[in-house]
Amino acid sequence: MDELYAVLNTKIFSITFTCLVYLLSQKLYARSRNFFLFHPVLLSIAVLIAYLKISGVSYETYKEGGDYISFFLGPAVVALGVPLYLQIEEIRAQKGPILISLIIGCIIGILSGVFFAFLFGGTKEVIFSIAPKSVTTPIAMGISGSIGGIPSLTAIIVVLVGIFGGIVGVPILKALKITNPKAMGLGMGACAHGVGTAAVSEEGQVHAAYGGLALGLCGVITAILTPLFMNVVWPLMEMWK
Amino acid sequence: MIKSLTYIFGCLLLGEIIQTFGHLSIPGSIIGMLLLTAALHFKILLLDDVKRFATILNKNMAFLFVPPGVALIQYISTIQSQLLAIVGSCVLSTIIVLIVVAFTMQKLDKTNG
Repeated sequence: MDELYAVLNTKIFSITFTCLVYLLSQKLYARSRNFFLFHPVLLSIAVLIAYLKISGVSYETYKEGGDYISFFLGPAVVALGVPLYLQIEEIRAQKGPILISLIIGCIIGILSGVFFAFLFGGTKEVIFSIAPKSVTTPIAMGISGSIGGIPSLTAIIVVLVGIFGGIVGVPILKALKITNPKAMGLGMGACAHGVGTAAVSEEGQVHAAYGGLALGLCGVITAILTPLFMNVVWPLMEMWK
Repeated sequence: MIKSLTYIFGCLLLGEIIQTFGHLSIPGSIIGMLLLTAALHFKILLLDDVKRFATILNKNMAFLFVPPGVALIQYISTIQSQLLAIVGSCVLSTIIVLIVVAFTMQKLDKTNG
């Protein structure tokens, strides 16, 4: 029995089990016709946390194996350069409207998130972890770490933001009569990164291309602006207190 | 495959070096992404050189979020005590960003309605 338990503590077990849980979550998500609570990332995280609680395996032990998977977030961000390159001509043709919309969106995204978190009594580490919430997880985690937030808390927040935006986004836009495909794509990619892009992609190809564009550009814009803004905003908030 | 691994990790490495030596707060991976975009655009690298590894990463990015997400186990009490700050700000801010970006783009886009 002790030997069996020792197996649970190995890196290989953590890696294999993570893959298996994700694989089954994907199947369940497809079976449930993409029911939001069965989103594979959300479901896998819930199952793995339940497993750690029940088995008594510590998070630190799990992380030793999990790090081999999350390590690839670095090259995954670099690889986003490929879709960005493929859309360069598109960006050039429409660069004014696209850049204006996204820069305004990123500024409002950072400031409104930080402002509401402050208003609702968030602590410093929570406010800093929320600042990059609208962009794709690896970028958001990088920003969070560099400004003094908690990258793994940011990761959770980003995933939840994505799922929320992915569910409510398209119905909200339709209710407001915002039906321009480029506008819908940009809005969804800007507010809910990859999950929002996936959701709006079901509406059409132009939606998908602009979603991906917003995902990439917002990542870059937010990475540049967040450290600058937090240098100014946080001292103001401290004075306010 | 090895070629695409070399170039993508090469861009990441260069990005990390630029971040470290430039004392930048932009993550090295984002600098690497921009370097890759530029290298493809200026034909320093060809799409075929990087496509294999890049496609695998692009298609399976969501999976990579799982282990960092499990770290939630360490923040359950933080999230419980800060529930309104976290959930309230994310819900409001996400809706605002969505509407502002989509509305602005719809107004500025004269090419079609």
